[in-house]
Amino acid sequence: MTGLDFSVVLDYYPVMLAGLMWTSILCACAIALSLVGGVPLALAGISRNRILRSATGFFIWVFRGTPLLLQLFLIYFGLPQVGIYLSPIVSGIIGLGIHYAVYNSDVMRAGIVAVETGQHEASRSLGLSRAQTMRKVIIPQALRNVTPALGNNLIALLKESALVSIITVPELTLAAQRAISETFRPFEFYLAAGVIYYDINYFLELGLKRVELKTALSR
Amino acid sequence: MDYDLIGRVFVYFAMAAGITVELSFLSMCLGLGLGLTGALCKLSPNRWLEMPARLYVSVFRGTPCLIQLFVIYFGGPQIGLQLEPFPAGVLGLGINIGAYMTESIRGAILAVERGQMEAARSLGLSKSRAMVKVILPQAACLMVRPLGVNTIALIKGSSLVSAISVLELTYTAHRYISSTYRPFELFILAALFYLLIISIASFFIRKLDQRFVLLM
Amino acid sequence: MVKVINVCKRFGPHEVLKGISLEVRRGQILVIIGPSGSGKSTLLRAINHLEAVDDGEIWVDGVRVNRPLKGLKFEKHINKIRQDLGMVFQQFNLFPHMTVMENITMAPMLLKKIPRKAAEEKACGLLEKVDLMDKVNYYPAQLSGGQKQRVAIARALAMEPKVMLFDEVTSALDPELIGEVNKVMKKLAEEHMTMLIVTHEMRFAAEVADHVIFMADGVIVEEGPPRQLFFNSSHERTQRFLAEVFK
Repeated sequence: MTGLDFSVVLDYYPVMLAGLMWTSILCACAIALSLVGGVPLALAGISRNRILRSATGFFIWVFRGTPLLLQLFLIYFGLPQVGIYLSPIVSGIIGLGIHYAVYNSDVMRAGIVAVETGQHEASRSLGLSRAQTMRKVIIPQALRNVTPALGNNLIALLKESALVSIITVPELTLAAQRAISETFRPFEFYLAAGVIYYDINYFLELGLKRVELKTALSR
Repeated sequence: MDYDLIGRVFVYFAMAAGITVELSFLSMCLGLGLGLTGALCKLSPNRWLEMPARLYVSVFRGTPCLIQLFVIYFGGPQIGLQLEPFPAGVLGLGINIGAYMTESIRGAILAVERGQMEAARSLGLSKSRAMVKVILPQAACLMVRPLGVNTIALIKGSSLVSAISVLELTYTAHRYISSTYRPFELFILAALFYLLIISIASFFIRKLDQRFVLLM
Repeated sequence: MVKVINVCKRFGPHEVLKGISLEVRRGQILVIIGPSGSGKSTLLRAINHLEAVDDGEIWVDGVRVNRPLKGLKFEKHINKIRQDLGMVFQQFNLFPHMTVMENITMAPMLLKKIPRKAAEEKACGLLEKVDLMDKVNYYPAQLSGGQKQRVAIARALAMEPKVMLFDEVTSALDPELIGEVNKVMKKLAEEHMTMLIVTHEMRFAAEVADHVIFMADGVIVEEGPPRQLFFNSSHERTQRFLAEVFK
C-alpha cells in the first residue's frame, strides 16, 4: 500500500488538459451529430410509410438493445473488415453520435406525438402542407416539451464518452491512463479525471437549466 | 460471414452471456439495497443521513461509470482494497446503479399521495411502520417502470467491466477477435446475445408492470 | 373527552387559528361549520396532531396531545393517542394495495396484537354495520366513492377509538352517494359515539349535532345548539353564511 500523493497530478496537468480538450471536441461533435441525426429518425418513426416505420423501429431496437461499447468496437474494429477504415476519434464521434441519436429520436418522437392534434388540424385548415405543418407548428412546440429529456441524454453522452478511451481516443480517461502508466498512481489520476468529469457535468447541467428556463418562458 | 467460426465459438459466447446475466443480477441486488437505503436517507429530516446520501448520488451520477470501475479496480489496491475483477465489477456497477436507483425510489416514494401517510399515522402507526406497511408497497408498484429502465441500462453497462478484464460477453468477443481477426461476425454474435438478454428482461418487467398496474 | 384551549396556528404569516377553545363531552356530537379557509379542517387535524399547533393546549380523555416531549418520546406518545382517535378524510385515503379486509385489520393486528382471526371477525361485524359485507375481498379501486368512505369509517372504528373525527367526509362524493355515508354516521350517533364533524351539509348537521360551532377566519364566531344557531342566530356573520348556503 503506497501512500496517496495528489501532487503528481499537478505535474501531469498538460497531459490532462490535452485529454480534456479532446473530450470537449469529441462531445461537441457527438452531441451535434446526435441532435441532427435524431430528427430524421424521429420523423421516420412516425412516417405513414409502414416499411420506413418498421425499418426505423428495428434500427432503434438494435441500437438501444446493445451496449455502446460493442457498437464502438463494431465501428472501429469491425468496419475495416469491409474495407472502411476510420480513425479512433472519428469512430468515437460516429459511435457516440449514432447511439445518442437513437435515444434523442425516441424523446423527440414522444414530444411530437404529445403536441395536440388540434394544432395539426388548425394549421392544415390554414392551408399548410403536412411538411410545413411539421416544420412551422409541430416541431417548434415539440422541441420545447422535450428540452429536459434531451438534456439528460446529453449529460449521459458526456459520461459515456469515457468509453472511447478503450478504442484509443486520446481523451480524458486515456490521458489519465497514460499518466498512470508512467507514475503507477491509478487512484490519484482516475480520481482527478473523475473530478474533471464531475465539473464538466456540473456546468453542462447548469447550462441546460438555463436553456430549459428560456424555452419554458417563451411559451 | 464465417459461419463455421460462429458455430465453434457459440458455446463460449453463451457461457459468457451467463456471466453477463450473473454480473447484472448481482449488481442490481446491490444497487437496489443501496438505492432503498439512499432514498430513505435522502428523505430523512436528519441532516447527517440526508447529506451523505445526496453526496453519494451527486458523485456517482456525475462521473463516468468507467472511471468509477477504474478507481475501484486499479486504484483500490493503493488504499488497501484488493479485489478480483468480478467482485470489483459487481461493486462498481452496483454502486453506480444504486445512485440512479436512489433517485428512482425517492421519486416513487414522493409520488405516493400524502394522504396515505396521514391515514396511516392517524391510525396510530409510527412513521417507520407506515413507511413499511403503506408507503413502500405502493412505491414498489410505481417503481417497476424505472426499475426496468435501470435494469436494461445496467445490462448494457455491464459491458464496461470488460475494461477490467472480467470475461463477460464483450470481453469474450474481444478476445476471440484478437485470435481470429473476424470482428464483424463475432461482434454481431455478441450483439445478438445482448438483444436476447434484454428482450427477456423487458418481457418479465412488462409482465410485472401489468400485474402491478391492475392493482392500483 | 376532547378539550381545546386557546389554540393558535400560523402558516407562515397567515394565521389560520386565532385562539380557539372548545370542549366535547363523552357521547356528544360536535359539528363545525364555516366557509372554506375558516380553519375548521386545520382545527380537526390539530386534534390528532397531523398539524402541530403553535400555541395552546389540546387534551383527549385527560391526556395532553401536544405534550412538550422531544423526538422518539413524542413519537411514542402521539402514536398511542392516535389509536384513540379515529379519523376519516375527505379523500378516503384507503390503502390501494390492500383489500377492504386488510385495510380494516392491518392496524388492530399490528398495534393491538389482535390475532388475525379475531381481527377479521371484528372487521366483518363492522362491515355489516356499514352495509358492505359483500365487498370484503375487493380492492379500493373497485369501489364507488361512497363505498370507499364507508370502508374508511370501518377502518377507523376497528381501532375502537374513543373519539371519531370526520373531515368533510362527503365533500368528494357525488350527490347521490352522500346519503349512504351520512346514514352510517347517524347510526354511530345513535350509539352515542363521541364525534367531531366538519361538514358542509347543513341539513345533516342540524339533524345529528348536539352542539354546533360556526367558524370564520380562524375564530369561533358563534356556537350553540343546532336549533338556535341555524334558526335563531344572533350574529350577522353567521346569518350571512347561512343565507349563502341555503340560497
